[in-house]
Amino acid sequence: MAEDVRPRLKIPASAKKGEVIEIKTLVSHQMESGQRKDKDGKVIPRKIINKFVCTMNGKEVFRADLEPAIASNPFISFFLKAEESGTLAFAWTDDDGSVYRAEQKITVT
Amino acid sequence: MRLCAIFLACLACVALTASAHAGDPPGHSAGAKKSGYLFASPATREMQDDDFNNPAFLWVEKGEALWSRAEGAAGKSCASCHNDAKSSMRGVGASYPKVDAKSGKLLDLEQRINLCRTDHMQATALAWESEGLLGLTTYVKLQSRGMPVNVQIDGPAKAYWEKGKAFYYARRGQLGLACANCHEDNEGHMLRADLLSQGQSNGFPTYRLEWQSLGSLQKRFQGCNSQVRAEPYPLGSEEYLALELFVASRGQGLPIETPSVRK
Amino acid sequence: MQQPRLKRPLPTRRRVLLLAIAGGAAAAASAMFARMAAAGPKEAAAFLAQIGKGTPKDGRIAIKAQEIAENGNTVPLTITVESPMSEKDYVKTVRVAADGNPNPGVVTLHFTPAVGRCEVQIRCRLAQTERVIAVAEMSDGSLWTTAREIKVTIGGCGG
Repeated sequence: MAEDVRPRLKIPASAKKGEVIEIKTLVSHQMESGQRKDKDGKVIPRKIINKFVCTMNGKEVFRADLEPAIASNPFISFFLKAEESGTLAFAWTDDDGSVYRAEQKITVT
Repeated sequence: MRLCAIFLACLACVALTASAHAGDPPGHSAGAKKSGYLFASPATREMQDDDFNNPAFLWVEKGEALWSRAEGAAGKSCASCHNDAKSSMRGVGASYPKVDAKSGKLLDLEQRINLCRTDHMQATALAWESEGLLGLTTYVKLQSRGMPVNVQIDGPAKAYWEKGKAFYYARRGQLGLACANCHEDNEGHMLRADLLSQGQSNGFPTYRLEWQSLGSLQKRFQGCNSQVRAEPYPLGSEEYLALELFVASRGQGLPIETPSVRK
Repeated sequence: MQQPRLKRPLPTRRRVLLLAIAGGAAAAASAMFARMAAAGPKEAAAFLAQIGKGTPKDGRIAIKAQEIAENGNTVPLTITVESPMSEKDYVKTVRVAADGNPNPGVVTLHFTPAVGRCEVQIRCRLAQTERVIAVAEMSDGSLWTTAREIKVTIGGCGG
């Protein structure tokens, strides 16, 4: 999935205050490890998503630094304690500096 | 026969009969016919069970977007003729490969999509294994999920089916193995660390952990052929097309699982 | 019946068959890490040691994974740390390494009390049967570790 990078999110649209909810993320990316060689024997340069950040209303809640050992189309799931309504924003940073973004609103009652 | 006997003996040395599947969930078999799902590990099944966990849906989303995107000189999209795929494509994927009434030729779903593009949309054909073709094929076949595989093997399809059957039972490559040697004679046995499945195609295109990508049934055929040290046929070849039909017919009645997740 | 065409006789056909299939699968399984030297326990320890000073104790952190990965190219891993994840007592960082990969690092996870539960699932690549090691640093500076071997089988055909 190298032609364009598309994130997917699975987050409940609403939650009760204090509830711990699961957040699942998936993004299309080759995660070229830098260890492979092409048909001519030349090493294919490393190109991975090296950083993933999740913020809630602008404040960082979870971050991951990814290495070439992460499989293609990185899947990351984690949890969040629902405290307030607002926007969950996600950013994936590529080795080439590109940042792929996605966000979703959540209503906390 | 000698090689066959040696092959079976060698498998017997390392084989464990797969009896661990007694508690298999329903919906993945049709009598003695078993989907590859029932040969997958719990972690791999888990990845297929939830559409979000299944990375194949990255391609499905791509296919869904392409469905209604106008391309080509005719200014049409798939949706221009077929409207909403969710209703118009229901059951379609389960009946492919299928003989095209106009040309009398056998087409698989990939080729059917490309024919629509070149004939009706006057657009370029999409390349095999491209995101676009895999995406559209998977999106269309997804609309038949849960429906039984139902391919025609008589009438105009008969000659193709016979050709595919002959391919399936012909030994090939340096190892001299036919498709049937693994997927019929030794289904459910271990080939070293791998549990041999029936080689059913009801979950294709499939996301393979090894590929870390979605891929077509014909790509899988190429892999199988390389592993018996045979020269693989090109994607879209008549040999693989006929084989697709025969393999689909072996799984007649199995529910479509596209897009599945396999090792 | 058609016999396989081999250019020269080989020791036993049985061995040929097994080696050939195993060889093919090995090439496929290691495609992502082709022909590169693996890191060792030393390199893995160095990666993990970047987390903070001290000697990690066993406990509080767990790695959930299949004992035998179905394919080394995509291995689901769940990392869990026992913690109340309160403002006063939470997990700050978890580092995960694999001691048989060309590069030992797998992932570094940075938590805040806002997550409520310290559990993360990822999918990683393992080049061979090797140990996956994780270290957690708590907000009080204490370090906790665990390791488990995951078998990556080479042989057979996959699918």
